[in-house]
Amino acid sequence: AAVLPAQSFAQAAKNNSADLIKAFTGGKTAAAAKIKMDLPEIAENGNTVPMTVSVEGTKDLYATDLLIVADANPQGGVMTVHFSPESVAEVNTRIRCAETQNIIAVAKMSDGSFVTAQREVKVTIGGCGG
Amino acid sequence: MSDAKPRPRVRLDKKEVKKGETIELKTLIQHTMESGQRKDASGNTIPRKIIKQFTAELNGKTVFSCDLEPAISANPYMQFRIRPDASGTLKLTWLDDDGSKIEHSEEIKVV
Repeated sequence: AAVLPAQSFAQAAKNNSADLIKAFTGGKTAAAAKIKMDLPEIAENGNTVPMTVSVEGTKDLYATDLLIVADANPQGGVMTVHFSPESVAEVNTRIRCAETQNIIAVAKMSDGSFVTAQREVKVTIGGCGG
Repeated sequence: MSDAKPRPRVRLDKKEVKKGETIELKTLIQHTMESGQRKDASGNTIPRKIIKQFTAELNGKTVFSCDLEPAISANPYMQFRIRPDASGTLKLTWLDDDGSKIEHSEEIKVV
Protein backbone atom coordinates (compact mmCIF):
# COMPACT_ATOMS: atom_id res chain seq x y z
CA ALA A 1 0.00 0.00 0.00
CA ALA A 2 1.08 3.55 -0.66
CA VAL A 3 2.46 5.38 2.33
CA LEU A 4 1.14 8.90 2.66
CA PRO A 5 1.68 11.40 5.38
CA ALA A 6 -1.54 11.38 7.33
CA GLN A 7 -1.66 15.16 7.23
CA SER A 8 -1.84 15.20 3.44
CA PHE A 9 -5.34 13.75 3.64
CA ALA A 10 -6.54 16.77 5.52
CA GLN A 11 -4.48 19.47 3.90
CA ALA A 12 -7.57 21.13 2.47
CA ALA A 13 -9.34 20.94 5.81
CA LYS A 14 -11.41 23.87 6.97
CA ASN A 15 -10.86 23.16 10.63
CA ASN A 16 -8.40 21.71 13.11
CA SER A 17 -8.67 18.13 11.85
CA ALA A 18 -5.11 18.07 10.47
CA ASP A 19 -3.77 19.22 13.85
CA LEU A 20 -5.80 16.54 15.62
CA ILE A 21 -4.34 13.86 13.36
CA LYS A 22 -0.84 15.21 13.91
CA ALA A 23 -1.31 15.19 17.67
CA PHE A 24 -2.66 11.63 17.52
CA THR A 25 0.15 10.20 15.39
CA GLY A 26 2.88 12.36 16.87
CA GLY A 27 3.72 13.44 13.32
CA LYS A 28 4.31 9.88 12.12
CA THR A 29 3.06 8.80 8.72
CA ALA A 30 0.07 6.52 8.40
CA ALA A 31 -0.25 3.86 5.72
CA ALA A 32 -3.46 3.94 3.71
CA ALA A 33 -5.62 0.81 4.04
CA LYS A 34 -6.85 -1.77 6.51
CA ILE A 35 -9.77 0.32 7.74
CA LYS A 36 -13.31 -0.37 6.62
CA MET A 37 -15.56 2.68 6.74
CA ASP A 38 -19.24 2.29 6.18
CA LEU A 39 -21.05 5.60 5.68
CA PRO A 40 -23.86 6.59 3.34
CA GLU A 41 -22.63 8.12 0.10
CA ILE A 42 -25.34 10.74 0.37
CA ALA A 43 -26.67 11.71 3.78
CA GLU A 44 -29.98 13.50 3.56
CA ASN A 45 -29.89 14.60 7.18
CA GLY A 46 -26.50 15.73 8.43
CA ASN A 47 -27.76 15.64 12.00
CA THR A 48 -27.53 11.92 12.21
CA VAL A 49 -25.32 10.05 9.78
CA PRO A 50 -24.80 6.36 10.58
CA MET A 51 -21.14 5.37 10.57
CA THR A 52 -19.37 2.05 11.08
CA VAL A 53 -15.59 1.92 11.24
CA SER A 54 -13.65 -1.30 11.67
CA VAL A 55 -9.92 -1.84 11.64
CA GLU A 56 -8.57 -5.11 10.32
CA GLY A 57 -6.14 -6.83 12.59
CA THR A 58 -4.64 -10.12 13.70
CA LYS A 59 -3.97 -11.61 17.10
CA ASP A 60 -0.53 -10.02 17.07
CA LEU A 61 -1.25 -6.77 15.27
CA TYR A 62 -4.47 -5.05 16.22
CA ALA A 63 -5.78 -1.52 16.63
CA THR A 64 -5.47 -0.02 20.09
CA ASP A 65 -6.87 3.45 19.41
CA LEU A 66 -8.93 4.99 16.66
CA LEU A 67 -9.29 8.69 15.88
CA ILE A 68 -12.12 9.89 13.68
CA VAL A 69 -12.22 13.45 12.33
CA ALA A 70 -14.38 15.37 9.90
CA ASP A 71 -12.61 17.92 7.72
CA ALA A 72 -15.36 20.53 7.29
CA ASN A 73 -17.29 20.55 10.56
CA PRO A 74 -16.85 23.64 12.79
CA GLN A 75 -14.61 21.45 14.92
CA GLY A 76 -12.63 18.60 13.43
CA GLY A 77 -12.95 16.03 16.19
CA VAL A 78 -15.63 13.36 16.01
CA MET A 79 -14.45 10.73 18.46
CA THR A 80 -11.47 8.80 19.77
CA VAL A 81 -12.04 5.14 20.55
CA HIS A 82 -9.83 3.04 22.82
CA PHE A 83 -9.88 -0.70 22.26
CA SER A 84 -8.47 -3.51 24.37
CA PRO A 85 -7.56 -7.14 23.74
CA GLU A 86 -11.08 -7.87 25.02
CA SER A 87 -12.87 -5.76 22.43
CA VAL A 88 -13.22 -5.91 18.67
CA ALA A 89 -11.70 -2.99 16.74
CA GLU A 90 -15.03 -1.84 15.45
CA VAL A 91 -17.52 0.88 16.35
CA ASN A 92 -20.90 1.96 15.03
CA THR A 93 -22.42 5.31 15.94
CA ARG A 94 -24.24 8.28 14.46
CA ILE A 95 -22.44 11.50 13.67
CA ARG A 96 -23.17 15.08 12.69
CA CYS A 97 -21.93 16.44 9.38
CA ALA A 98 -22.23 20.19 8.80
CA GLU A 99 -21.72 19.89 5.05
CA THR A 100 -20.33 17.62 2.36
CA GLN A 101 -16.90 16.55 3.53
CA ASN A 102 -14.41 13.78 4.16
CA ILE A 103 -14.52 11.63 7.26
CA ILE A 104 -11.03 10.46 8.12
CA ALA A 105 -10.13 7.54 10.36
CA VAL A 106 -6.64 7.02 11.76
CA ALA A 107 -5.88 3.92 13.79
CA LYS A 108 -2.95 3.27 16.09
CA MET A 109 -1.84 -0.35 15.86
CA SER A 110 -0.39 -2.45 18.67
CA ASP A 111 3.14 -2.17 17.17
CA GLY A 112 3.00 1.64 17.28
CA SER A 113 2.34 2.10 13.57
CA PHE A 114 -0.59 4.05 12.12
CA VAL A 115 -3.06 3.30 9.35
CA THR A 116 -5.63 5.62 7.83
CA ALA A 117 -8.59 5.76 5.49
CA GLN A 118 -11.15 8.32 4.43
CA ARG A 119 -14.63 8.49 2.99
CA GLU A 120 -16.55 11.36 1.47
CA VAL A 121 -20.08 12.01 2.67
CA LYS A 122 -22.36 14.24 0.64
CA VAL A 123 -24.76 16.10 2.89
CA THR A 124 -28.08 17.54 1.75
CA ILE A 125 -29.14 19.27 5.00
CA GLY A 126 -26.35 20.29 7.35
CA GLY A 127 -26.24 19.06 10.90
CA CYS A 128 -24.88 21.99 12.87
CA GLY A 129 -27.74 24.37 12.19
CA GLY A 130 -28.65 27.41 14.18
CA MET B 1 -35.82 18.33 28.18
CA SER B 2 -36.53 17.35 31.75
CA ASP B 3 -33.81 17.39 34.37
CA ALA B 4 -34.37 13.75 35.19
CA LYS B 5 -31.37 11.56 34.60
CA PRO B 6 -31.60 9.98 31.19
CA ARG B 7 -32.08 6.24 31.28
CA PRO B 8 -29.81 4.38 28.92
CA ARG B 9 -31.13 1.57 26.77
CA VAL B 10 -28.74 -1.31 26.43
CA ARG B 11 -29.14 -4.49 24.46
CA LEU B 12 -26.75 -7.44 24.38
CA ASP B 13 -27.13 -10.04 21.66
CA LYS B 14 -26.30 -12.71 24.24
CA LYS B 15 -25.24 -12.80 27.87
CA GLU B 16 -23.48 -16.13 27.83
CA VAL B 17 -20.61 -16.92 25.47
CA LYS B 18 -17.83 -19.41 25.04
CA LYS B 19 -14.32 -18.09 25.54
CA GLY B 20 -13.17 -16.30 22.38
CA GLU B 21 -16.67 -15.50 21.18
CA THR B 22 -17.95 -11.96 20.98
CA ILE B 23 -20.91 -10.18 22.53
CA GLU B 24 -22.44 -7.32 20.59
CA LEU B 25 -23.72 -4.37 22.60
CA LYS B 26 -26.10 -1.73 21.34
CA THR B 27 -26.53 1.29 23.57
CA LEU B 28 -28.63 4.40 23.28
CA ILE B 29 -28.96 7.23 25.74
CA GLN B 30 -31.19 10.28 25.69
CA HIS B 31 -29.09 13.41 25.54
CA THR B 32 -29.29 16.66 23.61
CA MET B 33 -25.53 16.66 22.84
CA GLU B 34 -25.68 20.46 22.65
CA SER B 35 -22.73 21.31 20.42
CA GLY B 36 -21.81 24.73 21.77
CA GLN B 37 -22.08 26.02 18.21
CA ARG B 38 -25.73 26.99 18.16
CA LYS B 39 -27.17 30.38 19.11
CA ASP B 40 -30.49 31.03 20.79
CA ALA B 41 -33.14 33.49 19.57
CA SER B 42 -31.33 36.49 21.08
CA GLY B 43 -28.00 35.56 19.52
CA ASN B 44 -26.30 34.14 22.58
CA THR B 45 -24.30 30.97 22.14
CA ILE B 46 -25.96 28.01 23.84
CA PRO B 47 -23.28 26.47 26.06
CA ARG B 48 -21.90 23.09 25.12
CA LYS B 49 -23.35 20.13 27.00
CA ILE B 50 -22.49 16.71 25.67
CA ILE B 51 -21.69 13.23 26.86
CA LYS B 52 -17.93 13.49 26.63
CA GLN B 53 -16.94 9.95 27.44
CA PHE B 54 -18.36 6.46 27.28
CA THR B 55 -16.67 3.56 29.04
CA ALA B 56 -17.32 -0.17 29.24
CA GLU B 57 -15.58 -1.93 32.12
CA LEU B 58 -15.54 -5.66 32.79
CA ASN B 59 -14.75 -6.48 36.42
CA GLY B 60 -13.22 -3.03 36.83
CA LYS B 61 -10.99 -3.24 33.74
CA THR B 62 -11.75 -0.99 30.78
CA VAL B 63 -12.43 -3.08 27.70
CA PHE B 64 -13.83 -0.38 25.41
CA SER B 65 -14.06 3.37 25.75
CA CYS B 66 -14.45 6.43 23.62
CA ASP B 67 -14.03 10.17 23.95
CA LEU B 68 -16.89 11.92 22.23
CA GLU B 69 -16.99 15.32 20.55
CA PRO B 70 -19.94 17.55 19.65
CA ALA B 71 -19.95 15.86 16.23
CA ILE B 72 -21.72 12.88 17.79
CA SER B 73 -25.48 13.05 17.13
CA ALA B 74 -28.07 13.77 19.80
CA ASN B 75 -29.16 10.70 21.74
CA PRO B 76 -25.79 9.04 21.16
CA TYR B 77 -25.95 5.49 19.88
CA MET B 78 -22.98 3.23 20.33
CA GLN B 79 -22.62 -0.27 18.98
CA PHE B 80 -19.52 -2.36 19.61
CA ARG B 81 -18.36 -5.88 20.32
CA ILE B 82 -16.39 -7.30 23.21
CA ARG B 83 -14.60 -10.61 23.53
CA PRO B 84 -14.72 -11.24 27.29
CA ASP B 85 -12.08 -13.40 28.97
CA ALA B 86 -14.06 -14.00 32.14
CA SER B 87 -17.55 -13.87 33.59
CA GLY B 88 -18.46 -10.83 35.58
CA THR B 89 -20.11 -7.44 35.71
CA LEU B 90 -19.99 -5.25 32.67
CA LYS B 91 -20.35 -1.65 33.78
CA LEU B 92 -21.20 1.01 31.24
CA THR B 93 -20.65 4.65 32.15
CA TRP B 94 -21.67 7.81 30.31
CA LEU B 95 -19.88 10.92 31.54
CA ASP B 96 -21.60 14.27 31.00
CA ASP B 97 -19.80 17.61 30.54
CA ASP B 98 -21.27 18.71 33.88
CA GLY B 99 -19.50 15.84 35.63
CA SER B 100 -22.58 13.73 36.24
CA LYS B 101 -22.38 10.04 35.42
CA ILE B 102 -25.01 7.68 34.17
CA GLU B 103 -24.27 4.04 34.85
CA HIS B 104 -25.70 0.73 33.76
CA SER B 105 -24.56 -2.79 34.62
CA GLU B 106 -25.03 -6.15 32.97
CA GLU B 107 -23.96 -9.58 34.20
CA ILE B 108 -22.25 -11.66 31.55
CA LYS B 109 -21.07 -15.24 31.65
CA VAL B 110 -18.15 -16.92 29.91
CA VAL B 111 -18.54 -20.70 29.88
